[in-house]
Amino acid sequence: MIANYGYKDGSGEYYISIDTDRCISCAAGRACLTGCPKGMFENMTDDYDDEVVQVKQQFRRNLAYDCADCKPSGGHASLPCTTACTPGAIKHSW
Amino acid sequence: MSEQSNGANKPEFWRWQENVWADESRDWRAAKAITVGIDVGSVSSQCVIVADGELYAYNSMRTGNNSPDSAKNAFKGVTEKTGLTLNDVHMVVGTGYGRVNVPFSHKAITEIACHARGANYMGGNGVRTILDMGGQDCKAIHCDEKGKVTNFLMNDKCAAGTGRGMEVISDLMQIPIAELGPRSFDVDVEPEAVSSVCVVFAKSEALGLLKAGYTKNKVIAAYCQAMAERVVSLLERIGVEEGFFITGGIAKNPGVVKRIEKLLGIQAMNTKIDSQIAGALGAALFANTLVTKQGALAPIAF
Repeated sequence: MIANYGYKDGSGEYYISIDTDRCISCAAGRACLTGCPKGMFENMTDDYDDEVVQVKQQFRRNLAYDCADCKPSGGHASLPCTTACTPGAIKHSW
Repeated sequence: MSEQSNGANKPEFWRWQENVWADESRDWRAAKAITVGIDVGSVSSQCVIVADGELYAYNSMRTGNNSPDSAKNAFKGVTEKTGLTLNDVHMVVGTGYGRVNVPFSHKAITEIACHARGANYMGGNGVRTILDMGGQDCKAIHCDEKGKVTNFLMNDKCAAGTGRGMEVISDLMQIPIAELGPRSFDVDVEPEAVSSVCVVFAKSEALGLLKAGYTKNKVIAAYCQAMAERVVSLLERIGVEEGFFITGGIAKNPGVVKRIEKLLGIQAMNTKIDSQIAGALGAALFANTLVTKQGALAPIAF
């Protein structure tokens, strides 16, 4: 399942997509949980009883701002979350 | 349309029809498994009874200012219609915005999974793309032939493109909400859409159009077009596959549905079941599956 967390507003589309099929048996040991400097990810059991990661509720409507520090303009060459997620389950839409 | 007293008898044009229904050709007492799905949404609440895996009864009503009471009232509406009590129920699953506040539910499941399951029941196993146009959010969902979610996207940051936005326009135009869709087609030329990114801007823009000489029908058409464009952009992000199904209250508004179909170039699937109960129906079907796997659970009194 592809779970898209985020929103679209007048300034653009801001979604973090998590491919839960790659996330279930995480080969990276859930490195995203500590890889994100703001701790935006958390473990959860989804509706089909699979253990996966999701974006915390309190960050879902502020992604454009909360992720800004990790974008190239914030001095990062690559996103810490997608770098930590070696199975390639996490993607940003912007 | 009803009138309620809040100091003055102000007509409530936004007030939509609440429904209670039961399949009178069947008797729930003959069923081996009776399960309940409760969907406490931000605007409406539903209770659905499923008997042996088939829809038996439902109640669809407005959500109050208290989720537990809304859940209880939704259930009470069905029990009054059918004579069924909580002791006759084998499992209750809560869903929707207030799913964790259903005091008598055994399990909470997200409305995304429940809408997919409900749409699969209502539209058959050919349903692949679901658009749920809820009271204060909008969801685009892909599912497989069993109704299992494969991709989803939700926009709950803004009321534009939701039922609440349509209620605002209904009140602004002073036209009952059920008449908005049909009246949106009664225009000589299809107008440009109003703002699709914010319901407050849309309202201001609608007022400006009225002052500029637009008829009410033309303003409604502009708003329906804006809502259609808004949700189509959401759908296009995950892609639209054949087997397109719309759930939620806005599915009853032909002014929006026809415009979505035109923009997508695809027809939405039809159903005889009230589209607004899809979430609660899915929850009740999940409960039925759990009863089959795990057996019945003791009722949780409220």
